[in-house]
Amino acid sequence: MRVERWRRNHAVLATAALVLAAAAGLPRSAGAETVLRIGMTAADIPRTLGQPDQGFEGNRFTGLTMYDGLTMWDLSSADKASVVIPGLATEWKVDDTDKKKWVFKLRPGVTFHDGSPFNADAVVWNVEKVLKQDAPQFDASQVGVTASRMPTLASARKIDDMTVELSTKEPDSFLPINLTNLFMASPAKWQKFFDSAEGADAKAKSQAAWAAFAKDASGTGPWKMAKFTPRERLELVKNANYWDKARVPKTDRMVLLPMPEANARTAALLSGQVDWVEAPAPDAIKEIKQRGFQLKANESPHVWPWQFSRVEGSPWNDIRVRKAANLCIDREGLKEGLLAGLMVSATGTFEPGHPWRGNPTFQIKFDKTAAQKLMQEAGFGPNKKLTVKIQTSASGSGQMLPLPMNEYLQQALGECYFDVKLDVIEWNTLFTNWRRGAKDPTANGANAINVTYAAMDPFFALVRFQQSSMAPPVSNNWGYIHNPKFDELVTKARQTFDPVARDAALAELHAASVDDAAFLYVAHDVAPRAMSPKVKGFVQPKSWFVDFSPVSMAQ
Amino acid sequence: MRATFSHKGRRKIKVSLVLAYIARRIVYVIPIVASVALVCFLLVHITPGDPLVAVLPADASEELAAQLRAAYGFDRPLPVQFGLWLWRAIHGDLGNSIATGRPVLSEVMRAVGNTVTLAVAAAMIGFTLGLLFGLIAGYFRESWVDKVATSFAIAGVSVPHYWLGMLLVIIFSVELNWLPAVGAGPGGSGAWGWDWEHLRYLVLPAITTSVIPMGIVTRTVRALTGDILSQDFVEALRAKGLRERGVFRHVVKNAAPTALAVMGLQLGYMLGGSILIETVFSWPGSGFLLNSAIFQRDLPLLQGTILVLALFFVFLNLLVDIAQAAIDPRIKRG
Repeated sequence: MRVERWRRNHAVLATAALVLAAAAGLPRSAGAETVLRIGMTAADIPRTLGQPDQGFEGNRFTGLTMYDGLTMWDLSSADKASVVIPGLATEWKVDDTDKKKWVFKLRPGVTFHDGSPFNADAVVWNVEKVLKQDAPQFDASQVGVTASRMPTLASARKIDDMTVELSTKEPDSFLPINLTNLFMASPAKWQKFFDSAEGADAKAKSQAAWAAFAKDASGTGPWKMAKFTPRERLELVKNANYWDKARVPKTDRMVLLPMPEANARTAALLSGQVDWVEAPAPDAIKEIKQRGFQLKANESPHVWPWQFSRVEGSPWNDIRVRKAANLCIDREGLKEGLLAGLMVSATGTFEPGHPWRGNPTFQIKFDKTAAQKLMQEAGFGPNKKLTVKIQTSASGSGQMLPLPMNEYLQQALGECYFDVKLDVIEWNTLFTNWRRGAKDPTANGANAINVTYAAMDPFFALVRFQQSSMAPPVSNNWGYIHNPKFDELVTKARQTFDPVARDAALAELHAASVDDAAFLYVAHDVAPRAMSPKVKGFVQPKSWFVDFSPVSMAQ
Repeated sequence: MRATFSHKGRRKIKVSLVLAYIARRIVYVIPIVASVALVCFLLVHITPGDPLVAVLPADASEELAAQLRAAYGFDRPLPVQFGLWLWRAIHGDLGNSIATGRPVLSEVMRAVGNTVTLAVAAAMIGFTLGLLFGLIAGYFRESWVDKVATSFAIAGVSVPHYWLGMLLVIIFSVELNWLPAVGAGPGGSGAWGWDWEHLRYLVLPAITTSVIPMGIVTRTVRALTGDILSQDFVEALRAKGLRERGVFRHVVKNAAPTALAVMGLQLGYMLGGSILIETVFSWPGSGFLLNSAIFQRDLPLLQGTILVLALFFVFLNLLVDIAQAAIDPRIKRG
């Protein structure tokens, strides 16, 4: 009898427990965490301490996710060119009397992930982390990737809590664009690490503080760091308190996985191990589509060019030769034949529709007859070919398929009386040679170099190649272009502070460079990425960057 | 009594011979380690390119480049850089990675730990199959069994392992969806566990890594077994009426020193990590680390990784030599 009662009591308890467990389980199931897993092309997680390494892929995954800049890119449209919009600064203006001073009004009510407030002190602190060598937070490892992207910024000064003054070395209307590269890390969080760091001196403590900060980062961005395993995975969770409510992530968690090998990335996607891969293996595109996965691509601010040497004796000094090369390439054939559709034919650095495109009179297209005619006028023909030597790499970031593409050009230009010799070297060596210039022995007699470039902002897209003062060792005017018209237009663009007028000046500069056939413009990358049909809401802008906030995962 | 003394004396002599041999081998290690340190420092420094390429974009100004070269100490003469690096390395500090700022030693040790996991799993598969195939092939020379085992061995050493890796991924991950294609566990290697949920990540890279050692061990053991079986003492053992099991024991004992040396070398190669296999499977081992360091031209990380792997190899060889001396008394006398 007692046993029977015991059994009955326990049956009631067990039933109650089951009901409670089910009740507890139901909401968990209804609100199950949504996770987006991404296979990156990077071999390591880009740096997480605020200024990422690994180029713009770094900014894409560990910069713009966890951090914001004073200005930011509008990544909401797949059709329009991505332009600069207010970020942590709501407005900015150059000083009327001193064009080297800018005043930025800061966005009120923004806090870092650690809860500390974002204000003018934080802006000054972040500028000084890369520009002021005696500041405690100065970090040499962040200088290279930051200072070079805002070459004229000199200092920052607090005016009041919500206003800051930035000074440049020379009048520079590009500053608001360049500032998209300076990400705001939390000074309060860093200070906490600095105070508890062990080190022989302030410098050692500072290094230790940055190392700790990288493992437990704090910015103001739409994603917060949740878990970090170096070289393996970075887990970010949504920042529900993000200041821009329209950009609060629609996915709870994002897992970033380094997968440098294209076939491995593709296999991980096809086997369901990840939901999204950057740059899938080109050979697998057809299969990816056949299996119901989505392929996203869009023209990106990237140019695959030949940059000509313009030093004395270079065959490219003759504009007829430069124009002939540009007219001799069947870019559509390259696109459909070799690149499985994954490129946009380049007719300049910017394509029609871009605010900096302008109206060039030289139309870059495939016209072999016109190219042959130009070459004959320049004194070449089937029996007297012009020998040119191109330095390139077999692989490299942004280089697409450098060797097959160069072999395609070699073959195509052969029909326009060019005899193209390829000098293939290792990617990092090529990259280093790029800043040494065409006169340096490392050029190995090459009179053109094939290094792709990002065209996000005017300095990277135009100025560093076309301004004569940017010749080596200053910057990337590898071929020593010295064109007074370019210099004049660069100065004009830099000193025009009305954004519309500045864009018009940049368009004028771009049109002039196309008319001069300054480069052999070949292709723009389309930043292909493949994703599971479960991934919804993604917009691929015409940018190196993407916004992960609107992405949701269908259950 | 005399017999006991004589036995003890012989043992004493044997022990002192072994100790002298070990001491000699350890002394040999010192110049090897110093040479390894020098070579790995020089090798990474004589390659063309800027050592600051990971943190210095090509469009950086010369002023900025000079500032960073000074900050990282690359403006100093090479002998000074080597001296400083060696001094720190002796004290257990391999510096910080240029690209990540993290200490090289912790990066390398974490990667080596992952490679050891992979190498041990691959060694278990490769050596077991290699010994099995080798002994069978050696015992049944010229038979169909020999031909099958030899075919496996030739395939093992001939098939490019990255190709095999991709093939296995296509079959078992993409088509059958049985095993994961990449990674070192559902939560990464930091949360590694010895259960099926984690071990399934190890299966494909371990099989891929094991094929070359399997082939090499098979061929070595097959040749050794055949050679030993044709020697007079085997005939004598059989003539004395020793059973085949006993003969087999003698064959194994005679083949062991050479087989052990080959397996030691193979284990050394595997512990060095395979850049190709670890990249194909995104396995965060020393090969994956080296790949990353090479592409980012991260000199401290490259130097540190190469040094640690070279030291592993040197000490593994030392252990194998000592083990061989313990098994084969002829070696320590030499």
